Amino acid sequence: MESFIKHTLEKYEHQATQLLMILRDIQAQYFHIPRQAIDLLVAELNIPKTQILGVIEFYSFLSSEPRGRYDIYISDSITDQMLGSHAMADYLCEKLNTPLGTVRVDGLVSIAYTSCTGLCEQGPAVLVNGYPIGQMTKARIDEIAALIEQQIPVTEWKAELLQVNDNIYKKDLLLSGHIRPGAALWATIEGSKEKILEEIKLSGLRGRGGAGFSTGMKWQFCCEAQETERYVVCNADEGEPGTFKDRILLNSYAHDLLEGMAVAGFIIGAKKGFIYLRGEYLHLYQPLVDIIAERKRDKFLGEHILGFYWEFNVEVRLGLGAYICGEESALIESLEGKMGVPRNRPPFPVTSGYLNKPTIVNNVETFVAAAHIALNGGEWFKQHGTEKSAGTKILSISGDCARPGIYEYPFGTTVRQILADCGAEDVLGIQVGGPSGTFISNQEFDRKIAFEDLATGGSFIIFNNSRDIFAVVQNFTHFFAHESCGFCTPCRVGTSLMKNQFDKICTGHGSSGDVRELQEIAKLIKATSHCGLGQTAAQPILTTLERYPELYNAKLKQISFEPGFDLDGSLAIARLLSGRDDSNAHLAQVEEE
Amino acid sequence: MTHSKHITIDGQTVPFEDGQTIMDAATHAGVYIPHLCHHPDFTPHGSCKLCTVDVNGRQVSSCTFPAADGQQIGNNTDELNAERKRLTQMLFVEGNHFCPSCEKSGNCQLQAVGYHLNMLDNHYPHFFALREVDASHPDVLIDHNRCIFCALCVRASHAEDKDVFGIVGRGINKHLAINSESGKLCDSELSVDDRAAHICPTGAILVKGTAFKVPIGQRKFDHHDIDEVSLGEEHGK
Ligand SMILES: Cc1cc2nc3c(=O)[nH]c(=O)nc-3n(C[C@H](O)[C@H](O)[C@H](O)COP(=O)(O)O)c2cc1C
Ligand code: SF4
Ligand code: SF4
Ligand code: FES
Repeated sequence: MESFIKHTLEKYEHQATQLLMILRDIQAQYFHIPRQAIDLLVAELNIPKTQILGVIEFYSFLSSEPRGRYDIYISDSITDQMLGSHAMADYLCEKLNTPLGTVRVDGLVSIAYTSCTGLCEQGPAVLVNGYPIGQMTKARIDEIAALIEQQIPVTEWKAELLQVNDNIYKKDLLLSGHIRPGAALWATIEGSKEKILEEIKLSGLRGRGGAGFSTGMKWQFCCEAQETERYVVCNADEGEPGTFKDRILLNSYAHDLLEGMAVAGFIIGAKKGFIYLRGEYLHLYQPLVDIIAERKRDKFLGEHILGFYWEFNVEVRLGLGAYICGEESALIESLEGKMGVPRNRPPFPVTSGYLNKPTIVNNVETFVAAAHIALNGGEWFKQHGTEKSAGTKILSISGDCARPGIYEYPFGTTVRQILADCGAEDVLGIQVGGPSGTFISNQEFDRKIAFEDLATGGSFIIFNNSRDIFAVVQNFTHFFAHESCGFCTPCRVGTSLMKNQFDKICTGHGSSGDVRELQEIAKLIKATSHCGLGQTAAQPILTTLERYPELYNAKLKQISFEPGFDLDGSLAIARLLSGRDDSNAHLAQVEEE
Repeated sequence: MTHSKHITIDGQTVPFEDGQTIMDAATHAGVYIPHLCHHPDFTPHGSCKLCTVDVNGRQVSSCTFPAADGQQIGNNTDELNAERKRLTQMLFVEGNHFCPSCEKSGNCQLQAVGYHLNMLDNHYPHFFALREVDASHPDVLIDHNRCIFCALCVRASHAEDKDVFGIVGRGINKHLAINSESGKLCDSELSVDDRAAHICPTGAILVKGTAFKVPIGQRKFDHHDIDEVSLGEEHGK
C-alpha cells in the first residue's frame, strides 16, 4: 500500500489541495480509505487527521468501510423513480443477491441509493464504479449482473452500455453551432480587456447557475480586487436534481466552454482556471483532459495563447458526491481539499476565493455564452430574450413528456410553448428550477422562463395527473436533508425535523396542528439558514402548500378523530432502544378494517 | 474617540468602527444579542444562527455581518426571539441534554440561552442520537451527547497550534473528532491548561475534578441572566 500511496502523492505533487483527487484514487484502488492510508497522508501532506476524516465522511463516494469491488449507486431522483427505479433496484438487488445498502459477503458488490446522477432524461440510471449507465431495464440488469459475476472491469464493458446520449431537441444561440476554435480568443486579444468586459456588461448576461448575478459586474469586481493572483472557476457540479444541460455542454461544447474560460482569464488577469466536475460525470473527465491537452498543443491554452504572451491553463477536478459543492464558496473549499462547507460572506469569492485569492465562479453555460459574446458582441446577445433576461436559456426537460431532453429557448418563452414542444399532456404541475425552485400548477402555463418570472438553472421536471404530489415533495425534502452540509443549526437539524414532520403527515399520522407546525419549521429554515441550500430546502413544501392547501389538509382528515397522541410515534423510542423496525414493532393508529 | 458612523439597534443608536461586525458594535454599546458559537477572541463562525438579526428587512447573522452606516437593525423583537427559541430547541433535541444530571448545569450557556428565551420545553421530537463519552484523558472529559458543533474548541485549539479538535462529517451526522492516532483524547496533544479545554459553552468538554466545586444553585446562570453575564465578561467586569 505504501508504494501506491507514494505514487499517488507524486502524481498530485504532494498538494493538500488535491486531497479529493488523492482520496478518489485510493478509494478506487482499495474500495475504501484504509486507516493506514490516512496515517500516511497525515504524514506526507502535513494536514490534520481530522481534515482527512472530515473529507471521507463528508463526501458520499468515499468510505472508511470497504465497499464492493463493483460499487453500484442507484440514482434516487424523482425522475428516476417515475421511470421505475424502485422496481429496478429490487430486481438488481435480487439478481446480484445483495440487499440494498449492503456489501455482498464475498465483497464483490455493494448497492446503495445516491442523489440525482444527471441522467434524468435517460433513466433509470445507475453508477457502477463511477461510470453512468442509463435506461436500465431488466435485460440490461441481467447483462450487467453477468459482467459483474464474471468480474470484467467496467472500462471493458461494451460501449453501448456506457453510452450517454445528448438528446438535444432544440438549438438556439449557443447550441446551433460551435465557435471556430480560437475565434473568440482572437476577437478578445484584438480588443482590450476593458473593451471585452464592456461587451459582456452590455450583453446583459446573467449567471446561468441559478442566482442570475450579472456576469459583467462579477468580473469587474474581480478586476478591482487588490491581489493580482486570480482564478477562474467553472462550476460543473450540476447537482440540482433534474438538471443535465451542463453534461451536454461538457460533452459536446467543451471547446466553447474553454474558450469562454480563457476569455474570462484574459479579462480578470488569471493564469489558472479550474473545472469542478461533479463526480457523477466521471465519464467526461478524460475527454475533457484530452481536449485541454489538444488546445494546449494548438495554442488555445497554455503559456503562449495564440503565440502572444497570454498564459492560461485549465485543470479538471472531480467532486465526490455532495450537492452543496455547487454552492460557490463550498466549491472553493472543496477545491482546496476540504469539506464543502459554505464560507461566511462577505468577503465574496471575487475578492477572496480560491486560496483566498480573487476568484470568479461561473456556471458552464455562462462561460459558453461569454465566449459567444466575445465573438459576436454584446448587442447581438442582447437582442434575444427579454429586457431583464438577455439571451437564451438551456433547459433540461424530464419527467412526463414524449421527448425529454435538451431545449434552448430565448428567455421569455412561455411554459405552454415548452410543454407543446416536448410533447407533455395531461399535466398536473412542473418543478421549475429543481427542488430549490418553484412547483407551478397547471393554472400557470402562461408564465415565462425569465429571471423576472420563473428563474431556473435549467431544471424542468414535468408531472402528469397520475402523479402524487406528496411523493414528489417527499423525494425533494429527503434530498435536502441528505445533502445538508450540517454547518448551521436551522438546516442541519431543521431539514431532518422537516423531513420527519412531512413523513408523519404523508403517512396519515398528522393531526390538525401538524401542517401549521410543518410550515413553521419550513419558514424558520428558509429565514435563518446560512446558505442557499437551507434557504431553499423548504421550497417544495412551501410552494405546494401555497398551491394545494386542500391536499395537505385532506391528509389530515383521513383520520376520523384527533388522536391525543400518536400511537405508533410513541413507540419510536422503544424501536430505537431495541434496534427493531419490523412490522410487529409498529402499531396502526386506526384499527384496520 | 469620535465615531462618525452608526447603526440603529431596536431604535438605539450604536456607533461602530470600520471592520466591526454588528455583534462587535452591539457588545461594545452594551446591547446583548443572543449567541452560542460566537466568542470575541476567535474568528466568527456563524453556525448556530442564534445571533440572527433583522437588517433592513433581511435576516443575517450579526456575528459575521459587517456593520454599515445607517443599518436599521431589529434585535430584541418577539419574532426574532421566537425564532431563536426554536433554534435553541433544535440544539436540545439534536443532542442528549439531561440538564438536571449535567455537571455543567448552571454554568452552561446553552441552558442559559434557553432560560433567556423563556424556553419551557423542547418542542420538537428528540433524535436520541447515539453518542459516546470519551473519558480517556486524565484531566479532560468529552461527552459528545452535549456537543452543539459551535467549533469553539476547534478554533481555540487551532489558535494554540495544536488542532486537537475537528468537526467532521455531513448533515445531521456531523460530529466532533479528535486529532490523534487512536481518535481518543488521551492520545492527543490536549493539555488541561489549553484554552480549548475551557471554552466549551455546554457540558461537552469538562475539566475533570472541577464539576461540583461550586454547588448547583450557586452557579453563574442560577442567579444572573446570560445577557448580563455575557456583557459583563466582555466589559471585563
Ligand atoms: C446548494 C447550491 C447548489 C448550487 N449548485 C450549483 C451548480 O451545480 N452549478 C452552478 O453553476 N451553480 C450552482 N449554484 C450557484 C452557485 O453558488 C453560483 O451562484 C454560481 O455558480 C455562479 O455562477 P453563475 O453566476 O454563472 O450562475 C448552487 C448554489 C447553491 C446554494
Ligand atoms: S444552510 Fe445547510 S448547506 Fe448551507 S451552510 Fe447551513 S447546513 Fe450547510
Ligand atoms: S465540544 Fe463544545 S466547544 Fe467543541 S464544538 Fe462541541 S459544543 Fe462547541
Ligand atoms: S453567534 Fe452568530 S451564528 Fe452563532
